[in-house]
Amino acid sequence: MKNFTYTIKDAKGLHARPAGLLAKEAKQFNSKIIITVNGKTADLKHIFAVMSLGIKCATTVTVTIDGEDEDVAALALEKHIKANL
Amino acid sequence: MLLLKGKGVSAGIAIGQLAIYNQSLNSIPHYIVANPEEEIQRFQKAQQAALENFQQLYTTAIKEVSEENANIFEVHQMMLEDCDYVEAIESIIRLQKVNAEFAINITAKKFAKIFTDMEDEYMKARASDIHDISNSLLACLDGKKTIQLSFNGPSVLAATDLTPSETMHLAKGKILGFITEHGSANSHSAILARALGIPAVIGVRKLLSKISANMTVVIDGFTGDIYLNPDEKTLANMTQKIETLKYHQTLLKELKGQPNITMSGKEIKLAANISGPQDLAAVLENDADGIGLFRSEFLYLENKKIPTEDEQFTAYKTVIETMAGKQVIIRTLDVGADKNIPCLKLLPEDNPAMGCRGIRVCLMQPEIFKIQLHAILRASAFGNTAIMLPFITSVDEIHAAKIILEEVKTSLRQDNIPFDENIKLGIMIETPAAALISDDLAKEVDFFSIGTNDLTQYTLAIDRQNQNLSSFFNPHHKAIFKLIAQTIESAHKNGILVGICGELGGDPDLIKIFLDLGVDELSVSPPAILPLRKKLRSLE
Repeated sequence: MKNFTYTIKDAKGLHARPAGLLAKEAKQFNSKIIITVNGKTADLKHIFAVMSLGIKCATTVTVTIDGEDEDVAALALEKHIKANL
Repeated sequence: MLLLKGKGVSAGIAIGQLAIYNQSLNSIPHYIVANPEEEIQRFQKAQQAALENFQQLYTTAIKEVSEENANIFEVHQMMLEDCDYVEAIESIIRLQKVNAEFAINITAKKFAKIFTDMEDEYMKARASDIHDISNSLLACLDGKKTIQLSFNGPSVLAATDLTPSETMHLAKGKILGFITEHGSANSHSAILARALGIPAVIGVRKLLSKISANMTVVIDGFTGDIYLNPDEKTLANMTQKIETLKYHQTLLKELKGQPNITMSGKEIKLAANISGPQDLAAVLENDADGIGLFRSEFLYLENKKIPTEDEQFTAYKTVIETMAGKQVIIRTLDVGADKNIPCLKLLPEDNPAMGCRGIRVCLMQPEIFKIQLHAILRASAFGNTAIMLPFITSVDEIHAAKIILEEVKTSLRQDNIPFDENIKLGIMIETPAAALISDDLAKEVDFFSIGTNDLTQYTLAIDRQNQNLSSFFNPHHKAIFKLIAQTIESAHKNGILVGICGELGGDPDLIKIFLDLGVDELSVSPPAILPLRKKLRSLE
């Protein structure tokens, strides 16, 4: 299992489009990917679940990846999040 | 003529024929299906069709609007493919053995509620995205391919509401603007209208019951006013406004990005006066060199309580960051008994113009002053900021303010909160006293800004609001120019900059005089910037 944390820099927080792009990115991998914020979790491949967490700017999130391709997935997702959020 | 009122969400004015778009609001069919798996396949086919539609809309939008605005259709595609959404619909079909339309409707309601229950305004508005994609699915199930509407020439559209898909479809058919009963300023339709540059007004209650097809309509996207079958006077008035807008558009094209420089190379800075972050769009559009006056009162006027430091900090930071390195001069709280703000508990006065106002309020209520300075200093870490004190009449006032400012700076340093250590401090010159001792004042601060409105009042001892006195009121009185000249001389003698932030600065006929006097900056309301630039560039 792998995980990483990140503090959202985008002023708009994790709104619809980034949530969608993030879900798209996550769907490429087999591993189970969970995003956690303030004790609440959501499946990162599910755009509505992620949006309903209401993640704002300056919030710290933890992404947990568990599965065969967790190494590749963790790298790719961390890169994606840093670049887009 | 009938006047309707709504909320303007996209700027512009249009005059045209009314076209009514009445989406057939069929009730959702609800019946049992013999073969749920077949029904699921029917749903999946519709999903595919809807996805293709969104793809097409995305491609069209990229061409006609912009990538950023086209993205809504990409988001809708992603939502339509969301596992939770799809599984919810399919399991309802399977378990309840019902038709797809019914399953979609139930699911839409459930998901929409998740968003409307959220606190954040942006998230609340996403409920409409759910409705949009669900409606697209329903339309595909119904076999409707595209939205039909025919116009007799360019028209203003009226509808109960418009989804982004509909807005894009209809824009192709040349709509001049749209009016809806529902909607929100953050809805994608409003965003698209702004991107398309057409006026839009929402929230016009019972709109459809008040109109009929082929009425002439004037839509004012600035004020939210709708004139149905306008009379001659209104028509003439609004046509004139359209001309003014068009002229402004040409100015923008011609002058945006051009330097503020005369033909012989003399320069002057042209900045903007604002009342809050809501004015930022106009500042950027009109190509201001910075913000010469940020009237901080708006936060106090809007609230019944003293705005918290964080509320102030957020507003200041937004403005400072958006201006990306261009100077933002924040004037500290400038109110008096006439602009009374209940939370400040100012006593009523016989002579509010001569009373407890400007810096006096802050020096008498230092706790409030400290909160504001704390917020401004914190925000200064995010860009190019300056502080300006209003209504100064003596060196002592500046010293008193500086003591308080130093206390706030010390406290921030102790708490390890970053701020701009080199933040500039300036003052308004808006009283005869300040102008007359400007030589002494210039040694105490980093810049002056001349508030010509109040300077004129106090110098001529006249109330500029009093209509009866208009024959005595001369804003170009020699005395005012003498004081301005003296102020500029004192400033430059002491090596500091001087600007004008009063209304006089916005008069293109005076710009030559100000140039000759050596004014360094004119700060005006955003629409006045480009006409000034035009005049400036035509001077020797």
